[in-house]
Amino acid sequence: MSTARASETRAAWLFISPWVLGFLVFTLYPLIYTGYLSLTDYDVINDPSFVGLDNYHQLVQDPKVRLALTNTFIFAVLSVPTQLVLSFLLALLLNRAGRASGFFRTAFFLPKMTPAVAIGVLLLLLFNGQNGLVNTFLGWFGINGPAWTTDPNWIKPGLVMMSLWTVGASVVILLAALRSVPQELYDASRIDGAGFWRQTRHITIPMVSSAIFFIVIIDTIAAFQSFTEAYTAYFGSGNSTYSNDAALFYAIYLFQQAFRFLHMGYASAMSMLLFVIIMAVTAIQIRVSRGSVYYESEQA
Amino acid sequence: MTSTDTPAPRVPTLAVAPAAPVEEPRGRPPAPARPKLARIVIWALLAVLTVAFVYPFVWLVSASFKPRSEVFDNKLIPDHFTFDNYLSIWHEAPMGLWLMNSVFVTVLATVTVTISSACVAWGFAHFRFKGRDALFGVVLATMMIPGAVTMIPVYLIWDSLGMTGTLTPLWAGNLFGSAFYIFLLRQFFLGLPRELFEAAKLDGANNWQMFTKIALPLTKPALVVTALFEFQASWTDLMKPLIYLRDSDTFTVPRGLKTLLDQFGFGGEWHWELIVTASVITTLPMIVIFFLGQRQFIDGIATTGNKG
Repeated sequence: MSTARASETRAAWLFISPWVLGFLVFTLYPLIYTGYLSLTDYDVINDPSFVGLDNYHQLVQDPKVRLALTNTFIFAVLSVPTQLVLSFLLALLLNRAGRASGFFRTAFFLPKMTPAVAIGVLLLLLFNGQNGLVNTFLGWFGINGPAWTTDPNWIKPGLVMMSLWTVGASVVILLAALRSVPQELYDASRIDGAGFWRQTRHITIPMVSSAIFFIVIIDTIAAFQSFTEAYTAYFGSGNSTYSNDAALFYAIYLFQQAFRFLHMGYASAMSMLLFVIIMAVTAIQIRVSRGSVYYESEQA
Repeated sequence: MTSTDTPAPRVPTLAVAPAAPVEEPRGRPPAPARPKLARIVIWALLAVLTVAFVYPFVWLVSASFKPRSEVFDNKLIPDHFTFDNYLSIWHEAPMGLWLMNSVFVTVLATVTVTISSACVAWGFAHFRFKGRDALFGVVLATMMIPGAVTMIPVYLIWDSLGMTGTLTPLWAGNLFGSAFYIFLLRQFFLGLPRELFEAAKLDGANNWQMFTKIALPLTKPALVVTALFEFQASWTDLMKPLIYLRDSDTFTVPRGLKTLLDQFGFGGEWHWELIVTASVITTLPMIVIFFLGQRQFIDGIATTGNKG
């Protein structure tokens, strides 16, 4: 018996060994090393030199860090709720679309397949102030659209609007959740005289709250790390030097500090701060959601 | 059973009946008051929204067939249809090389992560060993760690191995599996009936045979989902190519597209027709893959929200 146990353990570790190795080398060690690097000056060429908390002191005073943080917060606060509302509405409609829902679902999901670089390009083209499709469309209704891609006040709203194009995955997740709500709940409430809105408020939303919560968490983490679309559209790589402060997200500034200016120590301190912020925001969201999120498995 | 095991039965339902139409079973409410009218309104709304979601593609593709002066005219059918952009992009940039690099990286990344994640997931699903649940908790926890936190040391590791500037860092990390896929595949493995493996054991099958001959074939839908997810992630990635690649000859298509944008969009040359064409070339392979694996892809996404 005990030898069988031992051989089973041996086999198990053999199977999981790729992950164990990868975890040690590519997650645990980097986590610790980032912490260490954040206390040093390091330019890759010379050895890291210990500077204590200097990087963190600098971080607090760096106006660009403040700007990048503000930009990122604004983007998250604007994009996460709008994405959620839009995907919920789309899922509600799809849930009622009957046989055609498969077709529409595919159409909504399609943009999710677009490489983020191409989305950055599309952003520049579609939201172009003079002849972009969005302003042309607004023009039909007599609205004089703003210069989305050049006016600092409109760059973030433009990025948020563009981010709505890729809600497809959330729509699919919410639709699956909607489909798993027991029909009897609706039947019973209809007998009680509840209309569509009351059903949505008192049955649908509570019943899919775990999916909503999942999407909010995932989208928030993604928003705090958003990089590619804004970087593609508003920042140059290689010899191009164009940049736009209104689109300077935290991840972009971090990337520049690390791989453009080779301030690896400073960038490490920045990534530690990002880590703390994301953990804190996630913890707050979990806290706030407690009691208002319904999990089917808890009922069993 | 631990709490992480609870959602297990849900996922395998897909594995058993991947072809079953998802629309049918529930969700269609029994005849509301005015079913026809309501449905027409809903379809009309959905149709309008569909246009909003699909039109940017149509616009992009049509713009790629326009001469430079007409790129921004917002017409669906080009006044002067031209194939020149597709020809000149090949002269202006090593487009073929970029495509080959992308295919190379994406295929290797996909194959390695699928195999390694399946191995690890099987290790966690099939065997009982001390510390298993705690260790799996660590797997789940790593999903929460933002990539930015480990980015710099991981770069330094590849740098010390002399791998920066090559395509290796773009895929080789996948040899060690990926937490999300390990989680996903483990769910499927847990759904397989244990009796199957007990019978195989009596027939003298060893662990490796049980894994490759029984478990893997039965989890094919989940393996396809994993492969599709990774293909998408790998094909569309810009961050890693920005960090690791230097020479134009080693670029992947997203990295190449960014370079073209810097050169022809903001470099003062204003060749938007080339940028538009390169965007189509970057996007199209992904769209093709999507339509090939559409069902698995969408069902796979649908299950990821059910982590509960």
